[in-house]
Amino acid sequence: MEAVFERSKTLTRASTHYCPGCGHGVIHRLIAEVIDELGIREKTVIIAPVGCAVLLYNYFDLDAYEAAHGRAPAIATGCKRVHPEAIVFTYQGDGDLAAIGTAEIVHAATRGEKITAIFVNNAIYGMTGGQMAPTTLLGQKTTTTTAGRMQERAGYPIRVCEMLATLEGSAYIARVSVSSPRNVIQAKKAIKKAFEIQIKRLGFSLVEVLSQCPTNWHMTPAESIEWVDEKLASYFPLVEFKAPKEA
Amino acid sequence: MELSGWKGMGKIEISEEFCKGCALCVNFCPQKLIRIANHVSKKGFHPAEFCDARSKCSGCTLCALICPDVAITVYREKKAVGEKK
Amino acid sequence: MTEKRFMAGNEAIAEAAVQAGCRYYFGYPITPQNEIGEYLSWRLPEVDGTFLQAESEVAAIYMVFGAAGAGARAMTSSSSPGVSLMQEGISYIAAAELPCVLVNMMRGGPGLGGIHPSQSDYFQATKGGGHGDYHLLVLAPSTGQEATSLTMLAFDLADTYRNPVMILGDGNIGQMMEPIEFKPLARQAILPKKDWAITAEHGRPRRLIKTLYLDPAILEKRNLEIASKLREAVKNEVRFEPYLVDDAKIVIAAYGTVARIAKTAIKILREKGLKVGMLRPISLYPFPYQAFAKLAETVKHFLVVEMSMGQMVEDVKLGICGKSQVHFYSRVGGMVPSYEEIVTEVERIAKGAR
Repeated sequence: MEAVFERSKTLTRASTHYCPGCGHGVIHRLIAEVIDELGIREKTVIIAPVGCAVLLYNYFDLDAYEAAHGRAPAIATGCKRVHPEAIVFTYQGDGDLAAIGTAEIVHAATRGEKITAIFVNNAIYGMTGGQMAPTTLLGQKTTTTTAGRMQERAGYPIRVCEMLATLEGSAYIARVSVSSPRNVIQAKKAIKKAFEIQIKRLGFSLVEVLSQCPTNWHMTPAESIEWVDEKLASYFPLVEFKAPKEA
Repeated sequence: MELSGWKGMGKIEISEEFCKGCALCVNFCPQKLIRIANHVSKKGFHPAEFCDARSKCSGCTLCALICPDVAITVYREKKAVGEKK
Repeated sequence: MTEKRFMAGNEAIAEAAVQAGCRYYFGYPITPQNEIGEYLSWRLPEVDGTFLQAESEVAAIYMVFGAAGAGARAMTSSSSPGVSLMQEGISYIAAAELPCVLVNMMRGGPGLGGIHPSQSDYFQATKGGGHGDYHLLVLAPSTGQEATSLTMLAFDLADTYRNPVMILGDGNIGQMMEPIEFKPLARQAILPKKDWAITAEHGRPRRLIKTLYLDPAILEKRNLEIASKLREAVKNEVRFEPYLVDDAKIVIAAYGTVARIAKTAIKILREKGLKVGMLRPISLYPFPYQAFAKLAETVKHFLVVEMSMGQMVEDVKLGICGKSQVHFYSRVGGMVPSYEEIVTEVERIAKGAR
């Protein structure tokens, strides 16, 4: 028998600190596989966020920066402008990208900065213990919306892909999930496309990945992937919003 | 397809070094060949374990695709020369 | 290149940066330093450099972080409120031990304040500003010409010590137009290799630019390493200008624009027969404490003149350590002291001292 599925070279052999069932592990793996397949490991730079994935550089054998909360797209810009041949990508959660980092991601996109952003949306703040995120759904209970998010107090969840797709500088904007093997395969295709678009220097690319957070959603992993499919994906549809015409 | 039934098309190895017992693989295996073990691993989890007494595993990789910890290695029979794909 | 060009201080700083090899500028418009970014917006493309107007000062400082981490000579400039926005990023840059040059052309504060000159960011520049234990090397030019040489020096110091270096000026220095001569630094620095930089190179282990150390034992070690590096800077990089101090009975302590005004006051006072001199700090960090301590052995009266409510005066007092009297005169809010005011103040002290 031959091995048809193995750990990718770009992943280190460290066991991750993520909770059982957390989507981060799958997303890390897909990115690593894409980097291996494209043969770009030594010229790829990852910018780590503040959030559960703050230590992601322990899991990727890549040059890496640690960013301040929300500022990864600005750091990526600085790096990419110095080394245009490098493949530079950010990996950010919903607080990092859609709360404190809203200005940075919008402007990186509108500048058509030739970087890629992987946006992990689990509709909650994981690392800090389960507070509301900008993408938390109405009615969703979190530690700062104990009665469920109410529009009158906390406004509406924000749809990042739809927003960024309106910008000229955005070359590729897609939303995927990792809630089933089929969705995982689609997610990997989108991530690969995003990196290929950076390689072709076509502009800014972003893949939003709906992800499960069993711990802070107070669900089992199996329940949490169902919640992604039933609730999260109905507010945040899995769509390829923008892609270059030639691709 | 082999007629003997004892040599299946595929098999998986689940590494207790990485498995956190999230059971998503249990959820998705189409042949229900994975279960959560009774014992506790060195990591402190009840890991998933592969049980395929009847060699039903086809090496479909659905378990490995959903596994967040890259704990699963999947093996599949190489097709013999002359056999239709 | 010994020809003289008639330029604003801001423009001179910008040109000096380019001549020092800076190829990356990230900034955001704010008065009174816009000429720096505006100049670089056309000058950097001429040398295949990058000028990028960021969406905010917050974004700008992190772009500097990214470029500096990638091994480039990078800079930003701003003025007081914008520099406040940059403090977190500056702390990160210092923690990651990245070299870069920052320019603060101070304006009246606090809050949105005013656009006229001030020196009220001295504490922010020299005592920290951002969180955590670190220091910027801070250089305070007094003229446009000095701003060019200090800017060039700043890039060398930044690379030598792997630390951010700040040029602390004010709107006066930035906007006044003077004949400027660009010449390379007298001392050619031997700079360490940037073998820590992110470079997208093949065939080497991966590199990490980080500041998070969750193990307190390791974080303590990191702090001690940075402190030890700064001690070297304190030993080697003190800069000041003594002006007519040898026979002085009263010594003025001032930096930047105020020092320049004080020189005129001293000329007038000397003509009146008063023995007045000035000790002008050029490096505000490291501060020339020893120079003040030595002078205090013979000089019994110091007059600190600042455009702040009293910031550098504390460091002067620290250096003098109670050996002599320290007087203080200030104008704030963007008001600039005139040489007549300084003359009057010195005469008042001289009268009282008799």
